Amino acid sequence: MANTAALTGINGLREIRRSPASHLAKALEAGSVPGKIVLKEGPFQTMAGVRVDPTSEEGTRIASVTGGLPARCGEVAGTEGLSVLWLGPSEFLVVAPEEAHDSLGGDLIGSLTDALGDAPGQVVDLSANRTTFELSGPRARAVLEKGCALDLHPRSFTPGTALTTEVGNIPVTLLKTGEESFRLFPRASFADFLGRWLLDGMREFASPEVP
Amino acid sequence: MLLISCPNCGSRDETEFHYGGQAHVPYPENPNELNDREWAEFLFYRDNTKGTFAERWLHSTGCRQWFNMLRDTVTYDIQAVYPMGTPRPATAAPNAAESGTASLAADSTTTGTAGPSIAAPSTSATSITATSTTQSGTTAPEGATK
Repeated sequence: MANTAALTGINGLREIRRSPASHLAKALEAGSVPGKIVLKEGPFQTMAGVRVDPTSEEGTRIASVTGGLPARCGEVAGTEGLSVLWLGPSEFLVVAPEEAHDSLGGDLIGSLTDALGDAPGQVVDLSANRTTFELSGPRARAVLEKGCALDLHPRSFTPGTALTTEVGNIPVTLLKTGEESFRLFPRASFADFLGRWLLDGMREFASPEVP
Repeated sequence: MLLISCPNCGSRDETEFHYGGQAHVPYPENPNELNDREWAEFLFYRDNTKGTFAERWLHSTGCRQWFNMLRDTVTYDIQAVYPMGTPRPATAAPNAAESGTASLAADSTTTGTAGPSIAAPSTSATSITATSTTQSGTTAPEGATK
C-alpha cells in the first residue's frame, strides 16, 4: 500500500505532481545552446476551456472576468498574467499562472463558472490537458519552420498573437511571446514527442557553423 | 498538398482539415416513409462527380468549424469557400475536363436523389439503367440542406 496519509488534500497531491515532459528536463538543458536557442518546459499553468458566444450577454460577463475575449484568429486578449487565446469563433483558452487555480487559493475557474451561470456554453478546467514549451533565441523561428507551415516571419506573426496549427505534425497552439520567443501548448500526451522533435531540430545549431 | 482557405483562420495546409463528403445532402423530410433502398441511398450513395464538386470540410486542427467548398475534382482548383447552410454558389464556366461518364447535372449535388445515375453511353455493352434511383422519396424542401 502506498502511503496515502501524506496526500491529504490537493496540496498533498501537488507535491507529487509531475509535468508531462519532466523526464526530458536534462535533455532539454543539454540540447539548448545559450545565445542561439533555448528550450525548456514551462511551469504548470491554470487553463480553462471556455465555449461561449462572445456577442451574447454571458459572453460579456465572461469577458469582464478575463479582461476581454479575442475577436478573431490570432488575437490574444486578457490582462496582466492572464491571457485568452482564440481557438474558434466561440471557443477560447484561458491561461493563467498556477496560483490562479481554485485549489491553490485562486478563483479563476470558479469565477468563470459563475460568470457563465446557466447560460449556454461551458467552462472546463483544462489545467492538466496541455503542457507548455518555451522556445527562445535567435534560432527559434528556424527550428519551428522545420515543421510548421505557417508564415512565422515577424511581419505576419507578431508578438502577442497565437495560432492553432501543427508543429511536427501534431496539433499545437503556438503563442509568440516576444520577438524571439515562442510558447507551444501541446497536449500532455504529445509532450514527449514534441520535446524530442524540437531537440532534434535544435541539434544543428549546437554544432560549429559551416562557413 | 492543398492550401485551403479557412473562413476563420485563412490559408492553411490540407493536413489541418478533415473531409466531410458531399455537401447539400438533405435529410429526408419523412424518414419513416422511406423503404430500405431509399434509406440506404440517402445514407451511403453519393455523387462521384468529375469536375466541380460541392463538399464539406472541417478545420479540425484549427478553429474546428465546418464549411463548404467548391472544388474541381480533376484540377483540384478550389472555386469557392462558403459557410454551412448557404446554397451552392453559381459555378464558373465548365471546363473541358468534364467529359467523363459522371453526372454533370448542375443540380447533381443539391438534390437528395444521390445515386448511381450512370448515364451510360450507347457504347456500353451492359446498359446500366438506374431505374430504381429515379424516385424522389428523399427530396427535402428547399432550404433543408445542411
